Amino acid sequence: MRKVAIYGKGGIGKSTTTQNTVAGLVEMGRKVMVVGCDPKADSTRLLLGGLAQKSVLDTLREEGEDVELEDIRKAGYGGTWCVESGGPEPGVGCAGRGIITSINMLESLGAYDEDEELDYAFYDVLGDVVCGGFAMPIRDGKAQEIYIVCSGEMMAMYAANNISKGITKFAQSGDVRLGGLICNSRKVDNEKEMIEKFAERLGTQMIYFVPRDNDVQRAEINRQTVIQWKPDAPQAGEYRGLAKAIDENDNFVIPTPLEIEELEELLMEFGLMN
Amino acid sequence: MLLRHTPKEISERKAVTINPAKTCQPIGAMYAALGIHGCLPHSHGSQGCCAYHRSTLTRHYKEPIPAATSSFTEGASVFGGQANLMQAFNNIFSVYNPDVIAVHTTCLSETIGDDLPQIRKKALREGKIPDGKYVICASTPSYVGSHVTGFSNMVKAMTEFSESTGKKNGRVNIIPGWVEPCDMEEIKRMCGLLGVKSILFPDTSGVLNAPLTGTYRMFPDGGTTMEELKATGDAVGTLALGQWCSADAARQLDKKNKVPATVLDMPFGLAATDRFVDALRTIAGVTVPDELLTERGQLVDMISDMHQYLYHRKVALAGDPDQLISMTEFLVSIDMLPVHIVTGTPGKKFEKRIREITADMPAEVNVKAKGDFFLLHQWIKNEPVDLLISNTYGKYIARDEDIPLVRWGFPILDRQGHQYFPTVGYKGGIRLLEKILTALLDRKDRDDEDKKFELVL
Repeated sequence: MRKVAIYGKGGIGKSTTTQNTVAGLVEMGRKVMVVGCDPKADSTRLLLGGLAQKSVLDTLREEGEDVELEDIRKAGYGGTWCVESGGPEPGVGCAGRGIITSINMLESLGAYDEDEELDYAFYDVLGDVVCGGFAMPIRDGKAQEIYIVCSGEMMAMYAANNISKGITKFAQSGDVRLGGLICNSRKVDNEKEMIEKFAERLGTQMIYFVPRDNDVQRAEINRQTVIQWKPDAPQAGEYRGLAKAIDENDNFVIPTPLEIEELEELLMEFGLMN
Repeated sequence: MLLRHTPKEISERKAVTINPAKTCQPIGAMYAALGIHGCLPHSHGSQGCCAYHRSTLTRHYKEPIPAATSSFTEGASVFGGQANLMQAFNNIFSVYNPDVIAVHTTCLSETIGDDLPQIRKKALREGKIPDGKYVICASTPSYVGSHVTGFSNMVKAMTEFSESTGKKNGRVNIIPGWVEPCDMEEIKRMCGLLGVKSILFPDTSGVLNAPLTGTYRMFPDGGTTMEELKATGDAVGTLALGQWCSADAARQLDKKNKVPATVLDMPFGLAATDRFVDALRTIAGVTVPDELLTERGQLVDMISDMHQYLYHRKVALAGDPDQLISMTEFLVSIDMLPVHIVTGTPGKKFEKRIREITADMPAEVNVKAKGDFFLLHQWIKNEPVDLLISNTYGKYIARDEDIPLVRWGFPILDRQGHQYFPTVGYKGGIRLLEKILTALLDRKDRDDEDKKFELVL
């Protein structure tokens, strides 16, 4: 089983990209589990058709510690297993600990056992690696490959660089590796070239360039992935391409994060090229 | 009447535990770690945690408990405790030079998400762990489970060092669970009588019941050595005593080194000891030696001699799940009535198991996992008992309700003997029975009217 974690700046489209890619993998016949690691618990909405499912931590809160796997795992599009870690209400408690608790619980309940016959486990992790809890999915023995969703916008690249620092820390003493950057286009000037260059500087690759297309938004309103909502849309093809690229990827590295000055130089170089 | 505010009427409580029947995970982890030879326990958290855990063990064992701490401050809480632990490795190996450091986490380091195996790998790579020295890591957040969980987690972490050479060594792993140092000694003695070559881990005998010699030794002779821990991977089988304390470690050895695991109850009382002896006999392929049969016969003799004083006496119990299961079975087997049973450690299986053991008992049974002494006291107010068996914390109830108390379990803070006189095995059964009878008969002598006061009982 390949364990994959998707990181990236808040609002960059991690959940959307993850679910659409997972739909692509499902089409290829892969068995996938998606673990949403976001207190907002919206990482599996498209796969479940909008059905807001009860999160692990809600279940824990309401039913106590004797939780069964069936209570926290729902079958979504194409037989994917969907889990939402959930978390405390905004402004209280410790969301990071929530992620540690739910991943530990999934492990002890056997969600990753061989007899589940999973090909992939995807962790969709909110925003940045802000604290130890949000690094849980990349601890030793958890996700081995990380993809960072970013765009050509300064802050998205800044976040991607920061996340790379987190990965470097864990990669030095563990098996976790960066698999590449996924560019979720914001139609920034020279975006593709810039992210390719950025990826190169990080020692990795831009694994796929996902163009901007309003079909993504339309499918979201319909609470579906693009592949499910409009299988023949060009954007569906793009996600299939991304799924294929991930499925065939063998480029895994320990990233070499940039200094801020270098990052800004990169932006100047590409952003002002015309 | 220190507990005079405890009401007789029981109302449902969800949000509050009163007088808990459990304590922190790291206390269990620390106790287990002390059963490794030359091991210094290390608490990865703030100093206060470490001080509390050490002092609780010291109060019970009346021995100094060495343990180091990562000594978290505000800075470590924000930035993570990696730097502190790395520095600790340096200091500990250069100042105290233990063979092993057994690190356990605390609530704080767990919540900020410190990843011990990752820090250990980094330390190894940077040469902070000298050759031939070892670091054991266990995750022990106190907001999960209890001290029993912490003990189990540390014992499970020890199995990481097991190695398979592909050639069986003819030894049997015995995981004794949380029992006293003298109990561990007794288990080894019984193995010896049966001719079973055992590896007992952890083994606190010779560590926490060491003699006063005039010279302080931080690392006494006792404890399971790392060589023995490595050899557990080549053993012919593992006997795990206690589902809660020992089963996880045994299953891990099964999974990792294909050492077949058998989970038994802790050998307290007649039947559980019989099963333990039977398991050892089967593994060793021998008949039970006369010496053990004699000990068994002596226990049976004492039960039958004194049966009249035991028959249908009601007992309340508080303690840890594995111990209580065997104790309940023992009490039922000698026709006593364990009617109220409480543990602070969670686990629905506990209630189910107690219900099975007491199914044919001619009395209603109250049982609760994740319960507390407050609930036990309320039960006793509604259905009085003749005897209370619990750790020292039961003495408030015993005093208020005027019930004899047998101190058994962890912690015992106000009496002596538990380190030296085992309660496992047949000999231990005799000791338990002696304590129960002494408590009941002392009470009878105190309460009997002049005309019924007997010289011979």
